Amino acid sequence: MEKTQNNRAWFMVLPVLVLVAFSAIIPLMTVVNYAFNDTFGNNVFFWVGLEWFEEMLGSDRMWEALMRQLIFSAAILAIEVPLGIAVALSMPKKGLWASICLVLLALPLLIPWNVVGTIWQVFARVDIGLLGNTLAEFGIDFNLGQNAGAAWATVILMDVWHWTSLVVLLAYAGLQSIPEAYYQAARIDQASRWAVFRHVELPKLKGVLLIAVLLRFMDSFMIYTEPFVVTGGGPGSATTFLSIDLVKMALGQFDLGPAAAFSIMYFLVILLVSWAFYTIMVNLDREERTE
Amino acid sequence: MARIELSDLAHSYLPRPGGEADYALKTIDLAWEDGGAYALLGASGCGKSTLLNIISGLVHPTRGRILFDGRDVTSAPTTERNIAQVFQFPVVYDTMTVRENLAFPLKNRGRDPAYIAQRVQTIARMIGMENQLGRKARGLTADEKQKISLGRGMVRKEVNAILFDEPLTVIDPHMKWELRTQLKQLHREFGHTMIYVTHDQTEALTFADKVVVMHDGRVVQLGTPDELFERPGHTFVGYFIGSPGMNLLDAEITGDTAIVAGHAVPLGDRYATRAGRTQIGIRPEFVSFTDEDDGLPVTVQRIEDVGRHRIVRADLRGFAVNAVLPERMPLPADADRVVFAPEQIGVFVDDWRVEPASTGAA
Repeated sequence: MEKTQNNRAWFMVLPVLVLVAFSAIIPLMTVVNYAFNDTFGNNVFFWVGLEWFEEMLGSDRMWEALMRQLIFSAAILAIEVPLGIAVALSMPKKGLWASICLVLLALPLLIPWNVVGTIWQVFARVDIGLLGNTLAEFGIDFNLGQNAGAAWATVILMDVWHWTSLVVLLAYAGLQSIPEAYYQAARIDQASRWAVFRHVELPKLKGVLLIAVLLRFMDSFMIYTEPFVVTGGGPGSATTFLSIDLVKMALGQFDLGPAAAFSIMYFLVILLVSWAFYTIMVNLDREERTE
Repeated sequence: MARIELSDLAHSYLPRPGGEADYALKTIDLAWEDGGAYALLGASGCGKSTLLNIISGLVHPTRGRILFDGRDVTSAPTTERNIAQVFQFPVVYDTMTVRENLAFPLKNRGRDPAYIAQRVQTIARMIGMENQLGRKARGLTADEKQKISLGRGMVRKEVNAILFDEPLTVIDPHMKWELRTQLKQLHREFGHTMIYVTHDQTEALTFADKVVVMHDGRVVQLGTPDELFERPGHTFVGYFIGSPGMNLLDAEITGDTAIVAGHAVPLGDRYATRAGRTQIGIRPEFVSFTDEDDGLPVTVQRIEDVGRHRIVRADLRGFAVNAVLPERMPLPADADRVVFAPEQIGVFVDDWRVEPASTGAA
């Protein structure tokens, strides 16, 4: 039987194509366009080649923001992943309390970014904030506006508060999928609690942890709203992460060319690091298989 | 090694069990002799695995006691009981090699490395995985993984008992036979108490010296394979063991005669008349066709040739009656009457076997 070819079917895809074009492709191409051109207004552009890229790569400001960004992402991953696993391990496996825990844990995930920022901004204030005021009572100088350490501590704590739940939920789901027989066998074999974690739980969690690390990395690397609301990137530029810097450059100073070049490099870095994480974790798995 | 005694044991998975229906295990009193090879046989969901998990300490019973050599271990944790257990589905530690897997139970108990190495080698030879000791367990097939589980169960010499929870479900048929033979051999060599849970009667009857049959949370009979076949203590045993199972027919018993569907069937002995549902049971092996007029009228429905013999499926006024015809014995074309060998007929009241009354009827 001959296969029916009906090219009119392509029209069915058209709406999606238009949607994607307007929502993603055209804006992205505009950015690419800005990155390689300069303008003096009136919609007249002229080609500058890699000039913006060279300017950005030579700018200390971008390298500093990148360093801050890397430290921030590394810090929150180092806290959220182990903490998330620990919380998931200590949660009840079934019953009413399991449901209550899950609901409580899901709450921070449901709060909009800027609201989270506002909550923590108020929480950390020295005059009325519970945290700032309490610390001030103990004689600790905790002032977001002046003290870079305080600003960093608040921003990291806030991210941990907001997103550890995600790691917990993923790890919890992973733990639930481990059959009871594994724990029973480990008891028969007289395995220690650590051995159970190391040889039963952790290997089964590997898949979900890969997803958790990837999601948390990408998200934290692009973080904007929360630190912007809490510290505005300050004091000075102590908490100016890549996104904040980018917005300052593009909208504050209206340097569209450098900002566009910056955006493209930003995007490539996220892509590269995510790919590296993925490849490393998947390869760890494969090496074990062929050993 | 130990004698394991279960005393007045009952278990319910509900926190506050009400009636008997809430209990997964109804009252059980049972002793497993030291060094015995037992099979725990029953249909799925009859409480076999629960019983096994209570013995190994993975489940704490609602009521009753467990004694190892007279010592009460009811509330002792699994590790103190020194039990090995093999589960239905393979449990291996994925990140470890086959060698590390086999060594794990010994290592956790702080045994000397030289001893561990020697034990692992012995067990690896037994399960036929000597060449794969260095491999990671992750990439192995289900068969191989289950062999490792079996190996881990047998690696400790000084265990009180080895419990097997349907261990060969995922194993290839030809390997099943081999492993079962090896288990049997291991039992003869070291004399561990072994309890082997299965729902497969062939597996139970070939592995065990003694078979415990469970039905609906109760132990209905403990006996040798011969006893279970010849003198089933409960209609379930009669029905579950044998292929096909025992024929069971509602009957009225008066003295040495049973009335089945209006026809008299002579019994081998005299029985007292009892209240309750009375049935007679006869194995298909002892049902034969006759051309005389004294038999019971049946309608032959179909004949199945299973190789060594044929099974005749017939109907007796609504009761299914199966008969086993030995090889080459012809079945007359108009065969419509069967007789039962009187001395092989068992009498059951409310599903339990009753013994003949030696003198007269009550």
